[in-house]
Amino acid sequence: MISPPRLDAAPKVTGKARYAVDFRARGMLFAALVRSERAHAVLGDIDVSRALQLTGVVAVVTGDDLSPLFPRYGHIIPDHPILALGKVRYMGEPVALVLAEDRYAAWDGAELVEVSYRELPAVMDPEQALADDAPLLHDEDYGMGDRSFEEAHSEPRSDNVCHRVELSWGDVDGALSRADLVVETCTSYPMLYGYAMEPYNALADFEDGYLKVITTAQHPFMVRDDLARVFSLPLSHVRVTSPYVGGGYGTKSYTKVEPLAAVGAWYTGRPVKVEFDATGAMLTTRADSARVTIRSGFDSDGRLLARDVNLTLDTGAYADNGPLVLSKASNRSFGPYRNHNVRVRGRAVYTNTVPSSSYRGFGAPQVSLASELNMDQAAQQLGIDPAQLRRRNLIPPGERHYPGKRPMDADLAADLDLLLEGLGWEDPGGKHQGIGFGVTASDAGAYPVSTAAVKILPDGSVLVATGSSEMGQGSRTALAVIASRELGVPLEKVAIAQSDTHSTPYERTSGASRTTTLTGLAIQRACSELLSRLEVVAAELRGGELTEIKAAEGMVVGPWGDVSFGEVVREWFGGNLGELAATGVVRRVGELQELPPFWEIGVSGVKVSVDPDTGQVSLLRLVTVADVGHAVHPEMLKGQDVGAATQGLGAALFEELIYDGPQLVNPNLVEYRVPRAKDMPPEIVAIVAERGDGVGPYGAKGGGEGTLNPIGGATAAAVGRAVGRWPDRLPLTPERVWRMMRGEEN
Amino acid sequence: MIGVDTVEIAPVINDREMLLSVPVRMTLAEMLRDRLDLFGVKLSCEMQVCGVCTVLVDGQPVSSCTFLAADSDGRRVSTIEGLAEGEQLHPLQQAFVDHFALQCGFCTPGFIMMAKHLLDRTPDPGRDEIVEHLDGNLCRCTGYAPIVEAVLDAAERLRAGPS
Repeated sequence: MISPPRLDAAPKVTGKARYAVDFRARGMLFAALVRSERAHAVLGDIDVSRALQLTGVVAVVTGDDLSPLFPRYGHIIPDHPILALGKVRYMGEPVALVLAEDRYAAWDGAELVEVSYRELPAVMDPEQALADDAPLLHDEDYGMGDRSFEEAHSEPRSDNVCHRVELSWGDVDGALSRADLVVETCTSYPMLYGYAMEPYNALADFEDGYLKVITTAQHPFMVRDDLARVFSLPLSHVRVTSPYVGGGYGTKSYTKVEPLAAVGAWYTGRPVKVEFDATGAMLTTRADSARVTIRSGFDSDGRLLARDVNLTLDTGAYADNGPLVLSKASNRSFGPYRNHNVRVRGRAVYTNTVPSSSYRGFGAPQVSLASELNMDQAAQQLGIDPAQLRRRNLIPPGERHYPGKRPMDADLAADLDLLLEGLGWEDPGGKHQGIGFGVTASDAGAYPVSTAAVKILPDGSVLVATGSSEMGQGSRTALAVIASRELGVPLEKVAIAQSDTHSTPYERTSGASRTTTLTGLAIQRACSELLSRLEVVAAELRGGELTEIKAAEGMVVGPWGDVSFGEVVREWFGGNLGELAATGVVRRVGELQELPPFWEIGVSGVKVSVDPDTGQVSLLRLVTVADVGHAVHPEMLKGQDVGAATQGLGAALFEELIYDGPQLVNPNLVEYRVPRAKDMPPEIVAIVAERGDGVGPYGAKGGGEGTLNPIGGATAAAVGRAVGRWPDRLPLTPERVWRMMRGEEN
Repeated sequence: MIGVDTVEIAPVINDREMLLSVPVRMTLAEMLRDRLDLFGVKLSCEMQVCGVCTVLVDGQPVSSCTFLAADSDGRRVSTIEGLAEGEQLHPLQQAFVDHFALQCGFCTPGFIMMAKHLLDRTPDPGRDEIVEHLDGNLCRCTGYAPIVEAVLDAAERLRAGPS
């Protein structure tokens, strides 16, 4: 396939592309937040009188004002108050919303709100939160959120476990006792901030009886559901739109600041804009840190006999997507290996920290660090090449490694060979150099529900409507390419309408690497329906049997000759009027009955060198392999793969949110360091493997997250080989590596 | 603006002379976005680290998030909106399109303005020079390599002159 230019490129290089943060409304108020200065406290009096006296301040909203509403949100467990309700559970939690005629008055007003607290003991990590005498964060019954996530429990808690997963098959204890070798690996994956460069923001207004919200959200339909519940509105009366999203990576999955803006608009009767800077965003959502222990049993030939996994995620103050992250982390923790004895015990734990949620890779990076390092350590102890150990155990195509789930739809051993060739595995490099790699498979695609609409307009141009969001991943272009291919209409004549709960068809989510596969399938089906419709209409207009009429490649061909799609529309309606439309639906039936819709493959690795004097790790080479069945747009795919791996390298080498007592000490981009241009390796190789083995259009299946998943473990293994000791935590900062090289605890 | 001191300024924004009354505390980014609808100027870290708000003031790159609007008085401010000649993209813009040097696009205006500052002074930069010059601009999507390729290509196109 060739790679046509991105449809969103010209608006983005000229500054004309509009993101949610660029929208304004007449009479709009600016909002500023008063945030909690305690990690865990009962709220006392909130004195807003001085703020209200300030010129320009219109209103100050607190939790007490929300009593006519359903004052919380949360799609799995609705435990998250829009504004603190009687209690605060983390430092930085929204306590009051100051609304003013301009941003300066709002900021100044927020400084004048005085909040009194009665402090409670706080639990700052899972260990403290799980202690016998730990204070409870949540003791209410919140009712259920998303009924499709049945595992989550909402009844009052007796401990701080937000969600628990127990998963097992076979006889793990028996197999471990019979194993020739048992290898235990314990790792810590850092607390991260996904840093989408457009910080959270939303503009809300009640207009014509509808609540209208423009937001930087990946899943506008999910946000709509939360907002409808808050205001007891029919779903039809909430309109959520997501224009260009300035980075998502999972951090903009689900509801964030939209209820704040909407509550402000409800309270004042005026449009309200909430805009955060990056620090505000960092106090809104982060990614789960994880402690993972994996014990694996092998026979002397290196065959994996059993895996026993224990994992604990620090979910923070509210559930958000934490239960699902735990569920996914559990499913992704035992590796894509043939293994008849598996046990996973996982807990997502509430702590008095910023709530965590989805972030690219979704649990997989956290657990792959342990599971792939475990393979490397086993290989070393068995005296087997680590690539050979994996080949011996990788699940072959068509075989199930997870009972009840879709058989493996990828050739992992072939992918691994491509990777090793790209890395130059045969040549380990010089002193203080090392290569590391990993193989993962994630149950991706989420729940397969998507709908799309495709229209032929009277001039023969095509309008595709989809509820999926363009957040940089290139869905606008990829989906247009699919419609163009299906209808045989040139790409220049295809337009895409996206992400508007009033005017575009339902899309579950833009996440889980699903859009090209599942939205693509919905569009493909809509196009097929539309072609049939053109044939029926042409037969009615011009006569002939349907069997002798064929619509394809932009033309309807029948016994009367060729007629263009546009001509059919014009003849049918008369003049230059009308349009022909069709919809396509994806549901969990047929080939999509079995979950996951596809396994998202992660195959990537690095070559590094370590400075023995400073512990500084330099990247020499990065190699990624995209096993996506079919690349609808190869250049964008490679961009996704390298970008995902780069985010993984951030966690591997630099990034970590750090709490000192109750306070997050580095919620800013100075002290939270993300990868920069100079950090990148001089050699980057992005390989694409196409075997047509996915359920999506042309055999496609999802990509865009996979290459991130093994990169933490791969970097740890590469550094381990360079310095002669296996790391057990990320990020591998110079100090950590330097200490490790001196045999100190890292 | 309410209850704050204001100042009269006369900057030249994208070659147009302006007369504005702005609060003394207003940043250049706020003026460009809130007053002049130049939404190509983005904001993210708001502490001079990420580079998305980069504009040129008298040809020098500045972080408009921390540069006071008042200080633009009498100076020439260039934003991404002033780069294309009508429908004709600037070679840097065209190179970013051709090399897929953007994904979400939020950082793109800042990168292009920063790269323009380099190419204005250094028509034939080496790869390392480009990387060094762009190290203060963050991109979370691409992994940087396509951006560096785009700037190399744009430099070549600019040296070759108008096509």
